[in-house]
Amino acid sequence: MTTIPTMAILTIFVLSVFVGFEVVSKVSTTLHTPLMSGANAIHGIILIGAIIVANGATSTLETTLSILAVVLATINMVGGFVVTDRMLEMFKGKGGKK
Amino acid sequence: MNSNLYALLGLGVAVSFVMALKGLSAPKTARRGNLIGAFGATIATVIVFFDPSSKEHNNTFLIIAAIAFGVLVGVPAARKIQMTQMPQLVALFNGVGGGAAALVAVVEYLNLSTEGKPSTANLIATVFTVIVGSTSFSGSVITFMKLQELMTTRPVVFPGGRFVIAGTLIGVLASGGWTISSGGNTPLLVMGLLSLLFGVLFVLPVGGADVPIVISLLNAFTGLTVAASGYVLQSTLLIVAGTLVGASGTILTRKMAEAMGRSLFGTLFGAFTAKPQALAVGGEARTVKSGSPDDVAILLNYAQRVVIVPGFGLAVAQAQHTVRELADLLAEKGVEVAYGIHPVAGRMPGHMNVLLAEASVPYEQLVEMEEINPTFPQTDVVLVVGANDVVNPAAKTTPGCPIYGMPILDVASAGNVIFLKRSMRPGFAGIENDLLYDAKTTLLFGDAKDSLTKVVSALKAL
Repeated sequence: MTTIPTMAILTIFVLSVFVGFEVVSKVSTTLHTPLMSGANAIHGIILIGAIIVANGATSTLETTLSILAVVLATINMVGGFVVTDRMLEMFKGKGGKK
Repeated sequence: MNSNLYALLGLGVAVSFVMALKGLSAPKTARRGNLIGAFGATIATVIVFFDPSSKEHNNTFLIIAAIAFGVLVGVPAARKIQMTQMPQLVALFNGVGGGAAALVAVVEYLNLSTEGKPSTANLIATVFTVIVGSTSFSGSVITFMKLQELMTTRPVVFPGGRFVIAGTLIGVLASGGWTISSGGNTPLLVMGLLSLLFGVLFVLPVGGADVPIVISLLNAFTGLTVAASGYVLQSTLLIVAGTLVGASGTILTRKMAEAMGRSLFGTLFGAFTAKPQALAVGGEARTVKSGSPDDVAILLNYAQRVVIVPGFGLAVAQAQHTVRELADLLAEKGVEVAYGIHPVAGRMPGHMNVLLAEASVPYEQLVEMEEINPTFPQTDVVLVVGANDVVNPAAKTTPGCPIYGMPILDVASAGNVIFLKRSMRPGFAGIENDLLYDAKTTLLFGDAKDSLTKVVSALKAL
């Protein structure tokens, strides 16, 4: 496995912090809940981390723990996006009759 | 898969997450933003199976089965949930994400120690992930239980509590140091258990309206653990995605705290400063004035201006369509109607906006707190539908009560106040509301939807 230089990682980290601050800086109160829920779904991306460790797992303990992680992360990611979509569905057709 | 292609696709996914967050911060683009994020996450999940840097593929079948199982659990849960229960579902999803991050770190730790002496930086990142992931997991489970009312919604404070919390935190940090310096599985286990305990203790003293802030904070924490996992696993995508969530989550938490007039520091460290408080409950039975639906209809009918203040009770009763019917009827009779929306009415910021949007209430009628407060003196009748804490004057008058300092809707300055309530039970924060006993207050007991339906028919009969 090629190692990413620590300085490169630090650069990515710091720049991501600023992007994260910047993209949500103008959010209105109305959207606080969906935005929190959407961000919540995005950290479900730990799923790929779970898959990576599950790929390399050899012992029963490692396999059990990493498969459990895959299940939990999938619930987080898939459920998170679906529930956010349902919240936002409510905003659709504003003013229109149901 | 070619490693450059793989990296390029990963970059595309990272960009989709930035676009998702950006989209989610404006009403017009929010839904599209969320879909872009979901699309990116799907791509990431597919391509990770073709990751050129992973040499082993030991459990492909099991992994796919586990994903299928996760989808089967997550999607129906998210689809079937009632609007009123969404906040706790988000809390729960956040918790399992934190738990997943902690488990990934544990497995990575086991891996690292079999491969010889791991680097200190890797160990620190792993220990960080286990601590914060476990804290986020157990903390989220407690917030879930509070919101689901499986346990008391009030702040749980016990004598000497802050020393117990501080002691646990020291224990967590010490066992973290132990894990880093000596390795082995025992220190890791001790650290994990102490972190779980810390998560519980951290959230217990938080009550009432502060709960959403804590969910948002734990959400940001989980983001950071994902970033730390990315460092250990050498995945730039995890670093970027985790950091984005961590950073935007921190800002969002601060914004929520501001909207409620809370200092973030106060909420964060409330656990350390909370004191057991005597809840001011009057011993003498005070009298309230309760009215019939007809009384309420008459009050509303002869008003010039009516402000409706919705709260959690509206959400529970699913009365959003009925309340709109009432508002339309009043408007036909020439009454000026507006909705006063407290930023944290319900159980989450924006909860009421979502609910009323579902009933197609015109957006212009939803007025935010700062704008509606100066208009209350010119308002004849305020109709409080299932809200309590957000109009409780104790937030201004009673230092030391759990909601003290929270900005409230200043409904006491209106001509008449009508409360639609299920019972005299205090609100989520568990504090008595003096306004209920005020001479200009009329109470109409019952389920919000039933009461509103009765008021609507009484109003039609007038």
